[in-house]
Amino acid sequence: MSNPANNNTYPAYEKVMAARDAAKLTAVDYIRSLFGDSFIELHGDRRFADDKAIVAGLGMLHDTPVTVIGIEKGRNTKERMDRNFGQAHPEGYRKALRLMKQAEKFRRPVLCLVDTSGAYPGIGAEERGQGQAIAENLMEMMTLKTPVLTILIGEGGSGGALALAVADEVWMLENSVYSVISPEGCASILWKDSAKAPQAAEALKMTAQDLFDLGVIERIIRQPKAEDKAMFESLRLLVLRTFEKNAALSDAELIEQRYQRFRKIGTSHIK
Amino acid sequence: MDFFAFVKPKNELEGSAEKQQNKPFVPEEMWVKCPNCNTLLLTTDMEENLHVCTHCEHHFRMTSKQRIELLADRDSFQEYDAQLQSTNLLDFPGYDEKLEKAKKKGNESVRCGVCTMDSVRTVLCVMDADFMMGSMGTVTGEKITRAFEYATEQRLPVVICTVSGGARMQEGILSLMQMAKTSGAVKRHSDAGLLYITVLTDPTTGGVTASFAMEGDIILAEPNALVAFAGPRVIEQTMRQKLPKDFQTSEFVLQKGFIDAVVPRSALKSTLVKLLRMHGYEEVK
Repeated sequence: MSNPANNNTYPAYEKVMAARDAAKLTAVDYIRSLFGDSFIELHGDRRFADDKAIVAGLGMLHDTPVTVIGIEKGRNTKERMDRNFGQAHPEGYRKALRLMKQAEKFRRPVLCLVDTSGAYPGIGAEERGQGQAIAENLMEMMTLKTPVLTILIGEGGSGGALALAVADEVWMLENSVYSVISPEGCASILWKDSAKAPQAAEALKMTAQDLFDLGVIERIIRQPKAEDKAMFESLRLLVLRTFEKNAALSDAELIEQRYQRFRKIGTSHIK
Repeated sequence: MDFFAFVKPKNELEGSAEKQQNKPFVPEEMWVKCPNCNTLLLTTDMEENLHVCTHCEHHFRMTSKQRIELLADRDSFQEYDAQLQSTNLLDFPGYDEKLEKAKKKGNESVRCGVCTMDSVRTVLCVMDADFMMGSMGTVTGEKITRAFEYATEQRLPVVICTVSGGARMQEGILSLMQMAKTSGAVKRHSDAGLLYITVLTDPTTGGVTASFAMEGDIILAEPNALVAFAGPRVIEQTMRQKLPKDFQTSEFVLQKGFIDAVVPRSALKSTLVKLLRMHGYEEVK
């Protein structure tokens, strides 16, 4: 069977393949490149466990302490098993929320790095309230009184990605995707044929450019390489500038701005 | 089909061929077979019993109209935003046809308005499985958001009865964003010190579970409703795990600590009214 990704009639699916490319940088690479040795990892949700699919902690962006939370898929087979392929359990989302609340307390901005095919669909996850954990993050992030910025660095799979993306701004790398459902899942439900994923990827409008055009994200970022120091320095400055801009707002202004950001999405056709 | 539409068989009439053989002169809509105990029930008996099986207490699904009649005082429901219509925002293949078909049954997957319950004034939103399996599109999210904004402004409580297959994938990322949007509106209502009660009915899954369904101050569920984030078929297929008995039922999520109570339909309105009164919401004269 030919690889549908090679077919130029489905450029969206090529982006899906690029977003899933195992050779690309993962969250820990971005954390290392952005924060260097200053990063200190913080573990656990204080309720059940430490979810290794989510890497979180503190680091310095130049002189600014930042809380950084990333979904980590792992860079080789062993790591990927260890990280549950970047599919978080409820305790992962609860760890993220705990550290966001901590960031609010100490007036630190929050940077989220999203790369997941989705929240883990398994027995333990359901037993421990996957839906509730995501819902709580959406609600609490909406009024978090500190700047929040989310960057999609690979896959943005549905509620499991959104649970870290209720932010003042959401940016996407040029080869990342963000969708309500995977193109395979969509094709198998709608057309009973997961091989039609390339068509589904087009229909879902899930590339960075699509989302920018739909007004769902603020910025598309050039795909960096690990050794590209200049690129990471400019990303660092861009992130800092965005934090500074939002930190200058009053709490009420910041929260109103975040609410309106989501309030207006997809309403242009609604009278 | 919507994301989770396949998770549970619909409580539809089954075995009609057999019935026609046995009772050739009786119109089949006179009878309904309980999907739980297989008893053949007179439709009128089942309806008079609040759409609950008279034999085994299985709760049949209700349309939004039936549920509004169940909960709101007679003629008290004033619907808002009924004019809002879903459109094919992303030119998604096949969505126009699906919408056209769905609109024959109702105008959206949720109806929102204000009513009184035993004379207590409340905002009431009722989802409807007949409209694309209660899936949440941009109009669904907008109507729920407006309902919360109105309730916040008027200092009213909100009661939502959920039934949903999840986010509506034909609206792509815009449907996903409704989870954040509705959650923001719930939070504002909550921060204003107002009461929000959710009633989970069969099935409540996906993006609705992972947003406003699980954000109530008090979360009730009807007996034996499917309550899940990922539906059982998704879990079985992707994880190849055998699921425990009664997994993801109302009783299961109650035992796991994620809802406050399982309330039979016969006690639903009185329970809601009690809760509203205990939060200081008074009768309107």
